[in-house]
Amino acid sequence: MSRYVSYRDFDWLLLGFVLLICGMGVWEIRSATMHTKFAGAHVRQVYWIVGGVGLMFLISLVNYQALLDRVYWFYIAAVTSLVAVLVFGTKALGAKRWIKMPGGNHFQPSEWVKLILILAIAKYFADMRQRELTWPDFFKAGAIVGVPMLLVLKQPDLGTALTYLPIAAMGLFLGGLQWKQGVAVFLVAVAGIGVVFYVPQVHILKGYQKQRLTSYQDPDADPQGAGYQVKQSMIAVGSGGLWGGKGSQTHGAFLPVPQTDFIFAAFSEEHGFVGALAVLLLYFIVLMRLTQNAQTAPDRPGTFLVMGVVAVLSFHILVNVGMVVGFMPVTGIPLPLMSYGGSSVLFMFLALGMVMNVRMRRFVN
Amino acid sequence: MFGREEKVPALRLTAAQYIILAIFLVLAYGLWRLQVMQSDYYSLAAEKNRIRNVPVLAPRGKILDREGRIIVDNYPSFSALLMRDSSRDLAADADLIAQGLHLDAEEVRTRIKRAAWMPQYQPIFLKEDITPDELQFIEAHRNELPELDTIMAHRRLYPRNGFMAHLIGYVGEVNEDMLNQPQFELYNPGDVVGISGVERQYNTLLMGTNGSRQALVDSHGREVGRLGETEAIPGKQLKLTVDLDLQIAAEEALAGKNGAVVAMDPHTGEILAMVSGPTFDPNDFAVKVSRDEWNKLLADPEKPLLNKAIQAQLAPGSTFKIIMSVAGWQEGIAQTLHVNCNGGAEFYGRRFGCWLKGGHGPVTLEKAIYASCDVFFYTLAEKLGIQKIAKYATDLGLGQKTGIDLPNEVSGVMPSEEWKIRNFKQKWFAGETISVGIGQGAVAITPVQLLRAFSAISMGGRMVVPHVINPVDVPSGFVEAARYTEVKNVSIDPEGWNFITDAMSRVLLPEGTAPSAHVPGIDIAGKTGSAQVVSLALRAKAKNDDEFAQNGWFVGFTPRRNPDIVVCVLFQGGEHGKLAARLATQVIKAYVEKQRRTPQKMVEKPKTGTVDIGGLWTEPDSESGKETLAGGRFVVDLAKKRPVLATAAPGMR
Repeated sequence: MSRYVSYRDFDWLLLGFVLLICGMGVWEIRSATMHTKFAGAHVRQVYWIVGGVGLMFLISLVNYQALLDRVYWFYIAAVTSLVAVLVFGTKALGAKRWIKMPGGNHFQPSEWVKLILILAIAKYFADMRQRELTWPDFFKAGAIVGVPMLLVLKQPDLGTALTYLPIAAMGLFLGGLQWKQGVAVFLVAVAGIGVVFYVPQVHILKGYQKQRLTSYQDPDADPQGAGYQVKQSMIAVGSGGLWGGKGSQTHGAFLPVPQTDFIFAAFSEEHGFVGALAVLLLYFIVLMRLTQNAQTAPDRPGTFLVMGVVAVLSFHILVNVGMVVGFMPVTGIPLPLMSYGGSSVLFMFLALGMVMNVRMRRFVN
Repeated sequence: MFGREEKVPALRLTAAQYIILAIFLVLAYGLWRLQVMQSDYYSLAAEKNRIRNVPVLAPRGKILDREGRIIVDNYPSFSALLMRDSSRDLAADADLIAQGLHLDAEEVRTRIKRAAWMPQYQPIFLKEDITPDELQFIEAHRNELPELDTIMAHRRLYPRNGFMAHLIGYVGEVNEDMLNQPQFELYNPGDVVGISGVERQYNTLLMGTNGSRQALVDSHGREVGRLGETEAIPGKQLKLTVDLDLQIAAEEALAGKNGAVVAMDPHTGEILAMVSGPTFDPNDFAVKVSRDEWNKLLADPEKPLLNKAIQAQLAPGSTFKIIMSVAGWQEGIAQTLHVNCNGGAEFYGRRFGCWLKGGHGPVTLEKAIYASCDVFFYTLAEKLGIQKIAKYATDLGLGQKTGIDLPNEVSGVMPSEEWKIRNFKQKWFAGETISVGIGQGAVAITPVQLLRAFSAISMGGRMVVPHVINPVDVPSGFVEAARYTEVKNVSIDPEGWNFITDAMSRVLLPEGTAPSAHVPGIDIAGKTGSAQVVSLALRAKAKNDDEFAQNGWFVGFTPRRNPDIVVCVLFQGGEHGKLAARLATQVIKAYVEKQRRTPQKMVEKPKTGTVDIGGLWTEPDSESGKETLAGGRFVVDLAKKRPVLATAAPGMR
């Protein structure tokens, strides 16, 4: 087995597109926070990106096979950290999501749990011995994702918990999900959602969560409450027009958190349909390039790993942009690569580091 | 063999790619829908978001006296408010804020908590009309407490200590009841309008028209720029007919007493002074009156909110004898009536006492007026009968509104046979006429009615409409509505007129009822009155005598014919008319002294020494009733200190 690994096989093109998206994010963060108390956030974002790129190179050096071999330990550590958050976590805005680290930094374990779940799912399906998925496989894979998901739901952080779902879904789909199973899952999911929302005796979601999830359908019903953000976001996007506008929604602080969750709305307002579509195109190129890398992966776990990243990234884009244009409820999911925030940036570059890792080893063996 | 090296089926990867493509197409459609299809709608919504029409409040017109001296002004008043920027923990700053604004920290916290459900852009109002100290505190803590801000509004500044409060009135937020009235139907809730007095009567003139400003705001409602502005049209300045110097004299005369003083120019009906006591401070209402304070004012038995000059309905007592005298003269009875007063007389089987227990002896009309003999007027009343008394009294405006341009004037009652049947379904008893003869019984009038009646008698029958505004200063619609210049002539025999006013001028002489009110050098004619509040028998039973103390009245004017000024004083609980007379003569004295020292009546103005002044005036001739020209020389001593005239109402800057 050759150990030949070179940065010549590093996906520089992918990195280029990724950095282009990051650059647009930094640009928009600067514009949106210029006259607010968050002014200067774009500089910090650049630091996070530089740090992220560094981490990406580091992680690409460690063979992903070695990571997969130790995934049991990672998984145990992930679940332990989520339990620790529930026990020792810092309460902010009514939810325990953060652990205070020495040195004043806060650490949000639910982000890197995503990475471990990608690894765990890749490992599980790579070790599967048959082409078609059996129900026991289905439930085992479901449990791998389900346990941390419930822990995160308990924080409560509905948005992040939902981002674990596509990892499982992608694993099941590529792992040989059969038609019958797919239909069954779909029906159960629809019934489950119905029960959660419309049977008042079921208390899985809290009242405000339900309200937040449904208010996007009729933002005018409660213009100052949960629907307010959706409404302001739609106004921001719509007023951008074809070529972009003055950005009064962003600069007049009508748009909530324009540097994080609603950065795409801020960008769309200032750069119009043309600018927004260009960004979507960049994301699409990145996703297609990632899928291509998955196809050329040297082995099954490599493919699963890369597709796990694709699943998480796609899901984030779908939910975030969907929220910004009024198709999706407000769940507090940032737009990867563009939104301001260290955890999100570091997660993306770590994930990309693993993709690079797989790509650099495509000619191995 | 299925193993790790087995590839994932390419079909599934391709399917994943198509799913991603589908997602992106949906998202792109979402953008297209908002940014291309509905772009106009959302652009408009964004404009609406950031442009707010902020009303620019028109300052209310000032109120001036007849010489242009300021009575009511405006002042910039600041309110402290909290901008709810999420970056600050408001509750944590509450202690410092409360300390600086002299509020209770707990109350501040409660208000912050209570405001939690309100939209973010609505600030929390902490304190209205803050003091300069508190404003200084806010300015000094701009950096430490960025959420603390102020907003400026013009507020009414009224004279101190309730000076002239009843005439001026006060302003307040228009209430539900008022919005239903035609006068206020065009206003919106929250508008500040006149609630009483001149402020209400001339609200339309004083108010002006609000402008508006198109302000660019952020989501906290903070102004970040402005687009355009429609300027406010300030309210019109209003010049009253009131003479501030005279008003001050009247206020001083009535200070601490319960009653009213009204002074009027009988030629025109211009009100020169109007006081009602006790008073209230409208400055307390200018910001916000507390419920307790308001209820206290309403419950006060002395009724401080009532403008007694136009709203007190009381028996006129002996002042009514002048109306009786006119009626008696016109009917040819009074001039020949001779009565012997021995302290009372019997009418219809009941004894009616004279206030002078020992009796006045032989009494003619002249003595009956200056000595105020009850028996004479009992007899006159019996001879005239209620219908004739009512006719003359009604002609002179008693029992009717005078039409003064102030809100909520009351009409009073002048009883007659019809009145009794209409209101009580009962026949008039002749015995009741006797009490009416001395202004008791069912007669109830307001001070301004009595003033107008006396004014007419002093002017030989010329009835004017009292008013507080010069008609040339207001639009014609107001003039017609208020009938300022309407004059009605009541025919009075000139001989009778001279006789009665001559008799009235002896009231302040030693033989009259109020010699203690005499002012040397001023020719004052008048009539005292003491009116029972309850019957004497009932009063004797009452434990607290003061509660039913008689009301003192005096109406006087100077000079005795074609006077320059008529003053009516109601001194509630004043027991005797001579006390009211003293208050009235104080006002008359202030008026005469001011007139005599007004510089424009002099040829030149040497600093010291004496000046010779020649004067010509007309005097109605008692024989023919025509006016004759009279002349005279006066020496004025300039070394005498001039009374200091006011420059503005008390409390005005």
